[in-house]
Amino acid sequence: MRALWKLTWMEIKLFLREPVGLFFTLAFPLLLLFLFGAIFGNEPVAELGGRGTVDVSVPGYVAMVIGTLGLIGLPIGLASYRQQGVLRRYRATPLHPSIVLAAQVIFGLAIAFAGAVLLIVAAHLAYAVPWPGAPLSLAGALVLSSLSFFSAGFILGGVLPTARTAQAVGMAIFFPMLFLSGASGMPRELLPDTLRRISDLLPLSYVVTLIADLWYGQGWNGLALVVLSGMLIVGAVVSVLTFRWE
Amino acid sequence: MPNYPHNHCRPAPDEHARGPACQAPYSADAGTVRVLGLDPQRQGSELRQRIGVQLQQAALPDDLKVWEALDLFAAFYRHTVDWQPLLEQWGLAEKRNARFKSLSGGQRQRLFIALALVNDPELVFLDELTTGLDPQARRQTWDLVRAIRERGKTVVLVTHFMDEAEQLCDRVAIIDHGRIVALDAPDALIRQIQGESRVRFSVSNGFDPTFLEAVPGVSHTVRAGDQVVVYGSGPLLARVAAALAERQITPLDLESERATLEDVFLALTGRRIRD
Repeated sequence: MRALWKLTWMEIKLFLREPVGLFFTLAFPLLLLFLFGAIFGNEPVAELGGRGTVDVSVPGYVAMVIGTLGLIGLPIGLASYRQQGVLRRYRATPLHPSIVLAAQVIFGLAIAFAGAVLLIVAAHLAYAVPWPGAPLSLAGALVLSSLSFFSAGFILGGVLPTARTAQAVGMAIFFPMLFLSGASGMPRELLPDTLRRISDLLPLSYVVTLIADLWYGQGWNGLALVVLSGMLIVGAVVSVLTFRWE
Repeated sequence: MPNYPHNHCRPAPDEHARGPACQAPYSADAGTVRVLGLDPQRQGSELRQRIGVQLQQAALPDDLKVWEALDLFAAFYRHTVDWQPLLEQWGLAEKRNARFKSLSGGQRQRLFIALALVNDPELVFLDELTTGLDPQARRQTWDLVRAIRERGKTVVLVTHFMDEAEQLCDRVAIIDHGRIVALDAPDALIRQIQGESRVRFSVSNGFDPTFLEAVPGVSHTVRAGDQVVVYGSGPLLARVAAALAERQITPLDLESERATLEDVFLALTGRRIRD
């Protein structure tokens, strides 16, 4: 297992050395938090059930970290490793291929949790957003959501030939999802009807709902659990079947 | 496979035949392959513990530091050598903290060789080691390959540079369309096609080489443009030089031509351009 931890630790170090990825994944959601917080403040609002806009947005920002990692970060990482020949070099060693993917998952979870913690603490300190109501359940929700999106990311990263294609496809999928799912800070409640219906089809919406419900004491959202678990299973199966090492 | 320290080269005219079987994703369609006594397909993981590989098309993550690469790869193997001395042996000690993207071609080459040796393998595969390197780097790399053999390892070198194969290898296998068409020491292969010795020199207009055919050992002469080639056997160069000197002819570029491994290669695989 030495290989797994070394590989995971290497991925974390490399992530911290790459400014663009670091910014996009961790800094950008914080930026949005402070930007919209500054614009709208966090006063309780009737339409939002007595909560402030920041209260309602922070679960979305946490979802954004997960979405960025799963749909953009991981695919680009895997595709560029394949393109450059890194995966090929690993295959010439006794390292089992699954360890490479496992390291990506653990690394992803570590960053997702780091991002979540940063957002929770920043939101609490700057806007008095309450601490999450069910922290352990929330942690579980983060793991489930992350794994679902990582498995989608493995499909993309396992099949797309170059880093550039992965970036293009990942962003094309992620950005519409970002704006329509409530993850970007614009609460889904405020979307007009047609867009609301589309947003009900987006996996990221269910991540936001899952996190928000647990945060504000409404327990596990059953539909979100089903959707995300299904996504995880399907994603895992498809990615295992389609993953290309070269 | 030979079980003594050895450089074993495999020049191959087409892409399909390259890449040692135990690391390529190709599956066997005929016959059996055993490397170090193991089946590469069924015992691949075990085999990879004992071999080192330097792939031409390989790379490492851009921002990975040199020492981190060695540390990482060392974790993949049960048995490894201490990588710090390995860094020094291959001239990378100064670049210990350099990121992969900042390394020159030659430095990357040395890093990949170090990585291929981190598990102290019995068998090392080197794939197109000097493609794209300048002459100094090529010579340096050749010295490195000889050094690997000095350490008691068997090296399988895949190359399309015939001079490299001739310089470095104890035995050469020539592979054409997935089949070995020759397997022997470079000298032996050259002797097989050597046929006659040749002496070549340049002349000016009006020179008729036929008088040389009277020299003992000469079989025939050919003149093409300003070049004359004399074919024969025995101490050809000395006799031709003497015969020319008798007539006060002293060409500046008189030399004997020896068949090279490239000639062997072309003789065995033909001169048509391949896909």
